[in-house]
Amino acid sequence: MSDSVQVFGQLTANGITVGAIYALVALGVVLIYKATEVLNFAHGDLLVIAAFSAWGLITVLGLPFWLALLLTVVFTAAIAYALDAWVIRRIAGQPQFAGVMLTIALAFMIRGLVSMAFGPESRNYATPWSNSTTNIAGLQIADLQLVILGMAMAVTVVLYFFFRHTRLGIAMQAASQNQLAAYLNGVRVKQVNSLVWALAGAIAALAGVLLAPITLVDTTLWLVTLKALAALVLGGFGSIPGAIVGGLLIGLVEQYAGVYMPEGTKDIVAYLVLIGVLIFRPHGLLGEAHGRRV
Amino acid sequence: MRFDYHTRYRDSFKLFSHASERLLYGALIGALLLLPLVGSAFVLGELAYVFILCIASLGLMLLTGFTGQVSLGHAAFVAIGAYAHAWLMSKGAPMLVSIPLAGLITGFAGLLLGLPAIRVSGLYLAMVSMAFAIIVEQLIGQWSSVTGGFTGMAVEPARIGNWSLSSPAAFYYLCLLVLLAVFFALLNLLRSAIGRAFMGVRDSEAAAYSLGIHVQAVKISAFALSAGVTGIAGALIAHHLQYLTPDGFTLLLSLELVLMVVIGGLGSLRGALLGAVLISMLPLAISRIKPLLPGQMATQFGLEIFIFGLTLALFVLFEPNGLNGRWLKLRALLQSFPLYRRDTFKRQKRYMKSERYR
Repeated sequence: MSDSVQVFGQLTANGITVGAIYALVALGVVLIYKATEVLNFAHGDLLVIAAFSAWGLITVLGLPFWLALLLTVVFTAAIAYALDAWVIRRIAGQPQFAGVMLTIALAFMIRGLVSMAFGPESRNYATPWSNSTTNIAGLQIADLQLVILGMAMAVTVVLYFFFRHTRLGIAMQAASQNQLAAYLNGVRVKQVNSLVWALAGAIAALAGVLLAPITLVDTTLWLVTLKALAALVLGGFGSIPGAIVGGLLIGLVEQYAGVYMPEGTKDIVAYLVLIGVLIFRPHGLLGEAHGRRV
Repeated sequence: MRFDYHTRYRDSFKLFSHASERLLYGALIGALLLLPLVGSAFVLGELAYVFILCIASLGLMLLTGFTGQVSLGHAAFVAIGAYAHAWLMSKGAPMLVSIPLAGLITGFAGLLLGLPAIRVSGLYLAMVSMAFAIIVEQLIGQWSSVTGGFTGMAVEPARIGNWSLSSPAAFYYLCLLVLLAVFFALLNLLRSAIGRAFMGVRDSEAAAYSLGIHVQAVKISAFALSAGVTGIAGALIAHHLQYLTPDGFTLLLSLELVLMVVIGGLGSLRGALLGAVLISMLPLAISRIKPLLPGQMATQFGLEIFIFGLTLALFVLFEPNGLNGRWLKLRALLQSFPLYRRDTFKRQKRYMKSERYR
């Protein structure tokens, strides 16, 4: 294999695995957006909560990884449920902007609390896949990244069946399409919305626990939300398959830009894509186009 | 509550609706003008910074509060104004030319962003502006021949001719004068046809359009004007900071500006000023209460951001009209003292109205 092909292949592999993280984060954001029309700027801070609690469980308490993962998922989901039930629900019916502001406020509070409790230094913890790589067709890929990719695919498949074939999943879809009609048909809309938050929290926890060993356990983990937003917009806002495709594409574009474009482009290419897509194709790749209502 | 009886057409857009208002604002301006006689250099320096933030907050209020366009990226315009001013000064432009020029350059940047960005609205616009701010921050870091890159650039000291403005009192007066000029310019703008068009677009695009308002042009001009005002604030902030680096203009500054207009109360210039004063005073107040807190909490950076978040959350939940709404209620309470009725300001319940397809 020649060098340039080798580089391209490695970049593609890296891009897909990084993209899988963006896709996982974007999935959580899009679930909440579809259900409650709140664009959750605090989603990245759910990742932070998950990463810090996983660190506490694994490094401080010495629990095995899988048990810690399970506990973290339950814990983060509970926090997300409580956030909706106690705080976000109060602004239902107000303009979207209020939701943006409230989630930004919550994000600030979570970030402040976490950095007050844990201090500014970064932490790390071991996973069963740390420091091992797999050789696939001459490409070196960290095992942890393969696990993340697998997790993203598993979550997608589980969500697909959940929304198609379970009563709760169908109730969630109904509530997101028309709250009043769903309510009249016996769906407990408020509780279902809180459960959507819990589901998004669980996905955020998976992403956080798996991402933190790569980027270090730190409050800057929330920045991944910004990339996830770019992924969401690219895929078409409010579309679940769009979130996955968008995440993978953003991951790929970033990796390619790091090598084939001028220095410094890698950090901003996701945002360039975001602006470009919104201006030239506002409904994204897979989003549905809607007419404007007066 | 005072109910006005308008007997002439012009009554409804008078600059001051009552003689008492004229008196109150006159007294406030007089007090601020006399303050340097008694205030210490520290107080004057802090107040000058508060005035600068007031200008930036007014700029964002014009866009978000009066035209209904959300921007989460106004730090970019502060940065463009600051760097443009610093660059012009380093090329030898006199300060009185350079500040308006920096405003114009920033306004032009706002126009460049506004032209495409106006095709989207609501959340999408918020995301576009946020992405723009991140890109600008990176560009400033990369474009080292003009901006000094990540190492930064020094700003020439403020002077008009041979008269140095670097003393705290002189800089205080400069900021106060610019703030007053911007404030009255905006007050007058909002009473004029274009200001009414801004508000029309905010309240209903369809209605504004059917009344013959060119919605796109109005939005773009609001964007450019708002950017220009924010750029003037940026030019002043360059003198306050004295050394510019890209990390001075991060997402956090954008969010602080949004906090100011939301906490102040969307749709009122007074709110923009009140919000800017509150947000710029919060860190000072926090540093005062820090010694009273237990050791570990007090030394952490997180306390400040937590209190910012808490303040914002409380306002969004309990007082969506912000400080300005609070002020109006207080005034109504005082004016109608024994007869105040709480329900005058009762919020109406609304059903969920989807904004998803806008």
